[in-house]
Amino acid sequence: MSDALIRARALVAGWESPATAPLDFVVESGRILGLTGANGVGKTTVLSALAGRARVFSGVLEARPGLRLALQTQDVPPVGGVPLSGRELLALTGATVDGLPPWLAGRIDDRLDRLSGGQRHYLTLWAVLQAPADLVLLDEPTNNLDAAGVGHLASALRRRAESGCGLVLVSHDHDFVDQVCDQVIVLQEAADVV
Amino acid sequence: MWSELFLLPFLTGLCLALILPALGCFLRLRDEWLAALAYAHVAAAGALLALVGGMMPALGGMAAAALAGAGKRLFTRRLAGGAAFAVLLLAGWAVAVLLAANQPLAESLGHALFDGQLYFSGGAQLALVAPWAVFSGVALLVLSRHLLLARVYPDYFRARHLRAWPVMLGFDLIAALTLALATMTMGIMGGFALIFVPAWIAFRRARSWRSGLLLAVMIGLAGYVAAFLLALGLDQPFGPVLALLLIAVGLIIA
Repeated sequence: MSDALIRARALVAGWESPATAPLDFVVESGRILGLTGANGVGKTTVLSALAGRARVFSGVLEARPGLRLALQTQDVPPVGGVPLSGRELLALTGATVDGLPPWLAGRIDDRLDRLSGGQRHYLTLWAVLQAPADLVLLDEPTNNLDAAGVGHLASALRRRAESGCGLVLVSHDHDFVDQVCDQVIVLQEAADVV
Repeated sequence: MWSELFLLPFLTGLCLALILPALGCFLRLRDEWLAALAYAHVAAAGALLALVGGMMPALGGMAAAALAGAGKRLFTRRLAGGAAFAVLLLAGWAVAVLLAANQPLAESLGHALFDGQLYFSGGAQLALVAPWAVFSGVALLVLSRHLLLARVYPDYFRARHLRAWPVMLGFDLIAALTLALATMTMGIMGGFALIFVPAWIAFRRARSWRSGLLLAVMIGLAGYVAAFLLALGLDQPFGPVLALLLIAVGLIIA
């Protein structure tokens, strides 16, 4: 397909050793792929392999030449004690302020370490989601978010996809994945696959 | 005081008072404020080695600091968590003290480097420090976005197929060479005070990165001018007066 951003064939990823069952998928522009499954099946590992952090042990992982990635991990950005405002954070990644939820837009000039955990999480997630990129990789983006945050995120993800960006979303939240994703892959334990 | 005798030292220190607080903010951002002491001690050792070897102390100090800044990357895995700076600090201090203790030529320069010798700075020192302050200030502005991104989103460079090492190496060299010049101009602790205290206050009080940099530079400049006048008026060594003044300001504001 001409608008394929990433194509995986029998992909087995891991860190020190193979940690996932073989996977086949294609991520296209304007589409959202959801990766879900039980804890420990390697959802984050697959996402990390797409970003070049984890190793590909076997199979094929092809990326469109010059593909611009944006990656949100579960690690909390270490901004404690750093005088960095929300507006400055968005400027760093090239993300736009437009579209932020009202409960965050009013605090955009505050220091990140003066925001609540949920506000900080959403802002650092927004900085990645809205950064100029062809493919956005998100790892458990609904963590730390209340219902309003999850609802706003779902709308923002759809709008981002409609703008032509591809997204890969890892989440244990099946309802959320079913709500926003065009395609869902339920990962299985590597040992369960014969 | 505005005779050439004091004007040249004042202007030389002023250049450093502009750049050291900004550099301190970036070192603090990277949890590397100990690097200031490490590079300063290595520069002192390099200057003394050069003096004993019949070369220009300034060149020796800058070369040693630059080597330390670039070379520490080779031992990152073995010396993680700031251990590289502690090792450099100890090694630099040990070599400098041993040289000062055993080489009569190095003894007086050693005292000057550790105590601070701002009032002895002349035109040659100003000619070296002023252009470097301009260059390093511009370089920090250019590197600023990538240094912030490296802190907040460490995966940014890999995801964008960018190489992070030129940014990091460039920053390490700027830090090392600036500290070397500061050490040879106002002594180890005078330079460290301007690196550490303004950034500490700015990180506590500023509302944004930009205002933090401005606040740090303003504190550094005000502290420097006040310390220069006070030390001169009271006939006291500059470094300790600067350190005490900045600490007092820091404890009140931070």
